[in-house]
Amino acid sequence: MNAFTIAKKELNLYFRSPIAYGIMGFFALVTGFFFYSAVGFFLQRSMQMAQMGQSTPMNVDEWVVRNVLSNISVVGLFLIPMMTMRSFAEEKRTGTIELLITSPLRDSEIIIGKWLGALVMYATLLGLTAVNMVTLYAYGTPDWRPMVVGYLGLLLQGGALLAIGILISSTTRNQIVAGVAGFCVCLLLWVLDWVTAFEASTLNKVIAYISVVSHFESFAKGVVDLKDVVYYITMIVLGLFLTARSMDSMRWRA
Amino acid sequence: MIKVEGLTKRYARHVAVDHISFEVAKGQIVGFLGPNGAGKTTTMRMLTCFMPPTEGTAEVAGYDVIQNPMEVKRRIGYLPETPPLYPDMEVAEYLDFVSRIKNLPSAGRQARINQVMERCAVADVRNKEIGKLSKGYKQRVGLAQAIIHNPDVLILDEPTSGLDPHQIMETRDLIRELAGDHTIILSTHILPEVEQICERVVIIAKGKLVATDTVANLTTNLRGAETIALEVIGGDEASVRERLDRIAGILKVTTVPTDGRVRFTIDADKEKNVRPEIARAIIGSGWELHELHGVSMSLENIFLELTSNKEAA
Ligand SMILES: Nc1ncnc2c1ncn2[C@@H]1O[C@H](COP(=O)(O)OP(=O)(O)O)[C@@H](O)[C@H]1O
Ligand SMILES: [Mg+2]
Repeated sequence: MNAFTIAKKELNLYFRSPIAYGIMGFFALVTGFFFYSAVGFFLQRSMQMAQMGQSTPMNVDEWVVRNVLSNISVVGLFLIPMMTMRSFAEEKRTGTIELLITSPLRDSEIIIGKWLGALVMYATLLGLTAVNMVTLYAYGTPDWRPMVVGYLGLLLQGGALLAIGILISSTTRNQIVAGVAGFCVCLLLWVLDWVTAFEASTLNKVIAYISVVSHFESFAKGVVDLKDVVYYITMIVLGLFLTARSMDSMRWRA
Repeated sequence: MIKVEGLTKRYARHVAVDHISFEVAKGQIVGFLGPNGAGKTTTMRMLTCFMPPTEGTAEVAGYDVIQNPMEVKRRIGYLPETPPLYPDMEVAEYLDFVSRIKNLPSAGRQARINQVMERCAVADVRNKEIGKLSKGYKQRVGLAQAIIHNPDVLILDEPTSGLDPHQIMETRDLIRELAGDHTIILSTHILPEVEQICERVVIIAKGKLVATDTVANLTTNLRGAETIALEVIGGDEASVRERLDRIAGILKVTTVPTDGRVRFTIDADKEKNVRPEIARAIIGSGWELHELHGVSMSLENIFLELTSNKEAA
């Protein structure tokens, strides 16, 4: 119940800060760019195909939707640390954490509230990109199911990264440190995926499993793979659980 | 309302609070006096369940801070050293947020927020962003936050520090007004502040409890009283007491139980210089004067020590 109060406060503060509008503008611009270049590429290729006498039309889901969703997932990787860097670090720096901790709130309510607020903010960002997708319907009737699955995947991936970002923010009182550390971790989670490109050994497969991005591939193709859903949910639960541990240890030291 | 026993907080390197014990009765307003670094903030953070004590117990509003932190948190209002404000929020919006996390029921919430804003004189800035307010206003928003849920116990950490003299007066007046409804414990390193607002005082220095007394006693002690230790051989307690009572300038005589001998601790007016008089009285009565000297730990000395520490810090 009180988690919603915290979530509302978080959202409120997001939309008060100029950073949020900066992030939203940047996100809309970048994803818009990806979208229109994907569409442009798609049109060019289908024209060539038609000239060469190909009778089966190219698939817009495969060439536009999948591409754009994958790109959004990578952009999200770099925006999320900016969204979570303040989360706990700023409350610790300004002392508002004392208000939260000495109020009759459970730690879990504070943590889930912060995560939920950030998730709604991220969903809003995704909503901005969905506007692009809707324009596809002006030119045809792409299948809506892969899109919904894709956005579900983006939301799950976002939820996992937000949980990691909040965990990092809870370990410091300096939001810049939290932002940079969050960025590094996200970068690491992204590049871990590449190791399988060199050699598909067991170790590399394990490393790739940890990578957040590899689990998004199935969603981008419009497939809900239970193993990927489990991965993301595990990351969310683990991240938030470790945040609770971090709050606990802060209490003993602070 | 507050019962502290052997409360201790050890950090990695040193002991910030060292076996402190004191009690605060319901409705009292108690000053927590000590120089910077004495351990005031640390003690208050343990009382508010912000962090657990390393050792000892504390009971606030009838509940143990370790066993029942939720119940304690429901019944306290806390103003930390820096008011816990969100600069981007507006005053009324902030108080609404606080009232929700303090579980104030939605019926009557708005009325309560209005009432508290009036009481803390922040109603005129209700729609202003907190970050744009003056320090005095911020402090009063901080106080409004602490009382919004009408807590039994108010814990205020240096509520007047960093304010200008006018704002200090306003804040002190406000705290005095609040005293009727709440048990208040406030920390300060300024002695006159305690004299003006508090009924009782708890003095700590370097993490240790130095004294706890009523403010009336403290001020008489600081205003030129001295403590004298006296040991007499050959007279019984009652007759020595009776003889001492006849000396002008002696304020209080307490007996210290010692094996065989009769020892006293005497509070006396320093101006009167009673020591030669005491000596004459004892000898004149045919008893033996075994010991007569000033006791170093008078409250005055304590406070001198406190202030000198403050300058050193
Ligand atoms: N988080 C901490 N880690 C280590 N030492 C601390 C910490 N917080 C306070 N201290 C130390 O504990 C002592 C008491 O501090 P504090 O309670 O803030 O005193 P006061 O509020 O009376 O000025 C100081 O010596 C301070 O340096
Ligand atoms: Mg302090």
